[in-house]
Amino acid sequence: MAERIVIVGAGQAGGELAAGLRKQGYKGHILLLGDEAHPPYQRPPLSKGFLLGKVALSDLYLKPLETYARFDIEFKPGTRVEAIDRSSREVSPRDGSRLAYDKLVLATGGRARPLSLPGLEGTRLENLFSIRSLSDVEAMRGGFIPGNHLVIIGGGYVGLEVAAVAVQSGLRVTLLEAAPRLLSRVTGPEVSSFIERIHRERGVEFRLSCEVRGLELDEARRQVRGVSLACHGVPERLEADLVLVGIGLIPNTELASAAGLAVQNGIVVDEYACTADPDILAIGDCANQPSAYTGGRIRLESVPNAIEHARVAAATLMGKREPSAAIPWFWSDQYGLKLQMVGLSTGYEQCVTRGSVEHKEFSAFYLKDRRVIAADVIGRPAEFMAAKRLVSSRAEVDATRLGDVAVPLNSIAA
Amino acid sequence: MTKIKFIEADGKEHEVEAQEGQSVMQAALNNLVPGIVAECGGFASCATCHGYVDEAWRTKIPPPDAAEEAMIECAFHVQPNSRLTCQIKVTPALDGMVVRLPVSQTNE
Ligand SMILES: Cc1cc2nc3c(=O)[nH]c(=O)nc-3n(C[C@H](O)[C@H](O)[C@H](O)COP(=O)(O)OP(=O)(O)OC[C@H]3O[C@@H](n4cnc5c(N)ncnc54)[C@H](O)[C@@H]3O)c2cc1C
Ligand code: FES
Repeated sequence: MAERIVIVGAGQAGGELAAGLRKQGYKGHILLLGDEAHPPYQRPPLSKGFLLGKVALSDLYLKPLETYARFDIEFKPGTRVEAIDRSSREVSPRDGSRLAYDKLVLATGGRARPLSLPGLEGTRLENLFSIRSLSDVEAMRGGFIPGNHLVIIGGGYVGLEVAAVAVQSGLRVTLLEAAPRLLSRVTGPEVSSFIERIHRERGVEFRLSCEVRGLELDEARRQVRGVSLACHGVPERLEADLVLVGIGLIPNTELASAAGLAVQNGIVVDEYACTADPDILAIGDCANQPSAYTGGRIRLESVPNAIEHARVAAATLMGKREPSAAIPWFWSDQYGLKLQMVGLSTGYEQCVTRGSVEHKEFSAFYLKDRRVIAADVIGRPAEFMAAKRLVSSRAEVDATRLGDVAVPLNSIAA
Repeated sequence: MTKIKFIEADGKEHEVEAQEGQSVMQAALNNLVPGIVAECGGFASCATCHGYVDEAWRTKIPPPDAAEEAMIECAFHVQPNSRLTCQIKVTPALDGMVVRLPVSQTNE
């Protein structure tokens, strides 16, 4: 058994792994290094309840600081690892020290993809934000003043959640999306137009098929004043008090690639979370793993994946082999409406809806070869659990019965 | 301090000190009790914090709301005394409560 496990990145996956090792009875040394000032915390509320002021800071922490010490997990916040020396099996934090490992786990997550516009490179703008960390939210909060105009670039889940919180906080919101519809990479048109509708009802404005052409800055070049864009070639200028960029994530893979490990849309690992170096593992948002569900490789960005991947890595480190059979799932919350998504709908052939779109309680099932490969469940939590089972069982279903609310979902997999 | 005892499916017991106001799920996480996964972080969206509340305490906690009931309905290994532990707030009345954990939070 390894003597000393070093985990780089104290986020959802890293924190879960440290705890998981102790739960499994690991007796060696665990060193958890994170570059943020906080112990591992939940990111989902950052764009939901925490931004709205309904979830307190202490409730974001996955475990109180005291728990790590009590279970003999050495946690060092504010410690950024700069390099890995594979030959001496050491990592070097910024302070120049060297920390030895027997097994190293990279749980470095990712960072918000920056807006790339000519002339903006390297410019730090006081009212241009993205949301990945607590400090990002704290920086943005000051601009959350009723009446302010927030321009959101990117119509993914994070952008939409922030839009919901912002209008509920009295801001005016315009959301710009490059694709012709919202959430186009992760959901079908039925759900996209539903989401657009619930936001429009609350006063969010949209510019779809929208190309951002530039940001207009103040004279000191410290603040954004306006955003210039074009929708279907028609130019427009929007005034902005603050701008949020939510255009995706770049996995933090630089440490791995500098150490000569394979990186391809994430740090490449096998089904046991191991890289090609048997002493180095990678988990969570930063890792690209084989998926039993898709049969190919995927990099997922979700809490359930971070937890599951940490479980796989803990087993590996305990000398067991327990690959994951988990089905990807994700949730979102907009205006108190619960959205739960399971599976990946890419490549679906048919979408069957069940329930009432009108009453904001419906599910959309994505079918391929008569099997449910994914589902979006809106305001019907009981169906979510049943949908999860349909996706994992891969059973053939009858589309007509699936769409009929009178037929219990549990009885549909024949 | 309120004491809560979690019993894993294999019989292993974990007695923990829970703080008033936190959820029973959080008390389990803070004390590294195996068997509570809590993927959604306590928002009644995942049913991976599922536990069975012993009879004597069932009447001391408010009944599940509609959202919890809906999630429980289709969770794994459901029994009549199944609850989502993230939806139960710790109060002094719960001192000594026993929560048994299912064989699995994520599988049949
Ligand atoms: C606003 C927002 C909303 C979200 N909503 C949802 C949701 O509703 N549902 C859902 O399932 N998921 C959601 N997610 C995604 C989810 O939070 C992530 O998938 C999850 O946090 C991934 O965990 P991780 O440990 O891989 O990465 P992270 O949680 O990002 O942790 C990585 C940590 O490593 C640190 N780090 C990086 N490099 C170094 C280094 N060299 N040295 C030391 N430390 C380092 C980082 O600073 C960070 O603290 C959301 C994410 C965000 C940002
Ligand atoms: S933690 Fe997800 S339902 Fe309780």
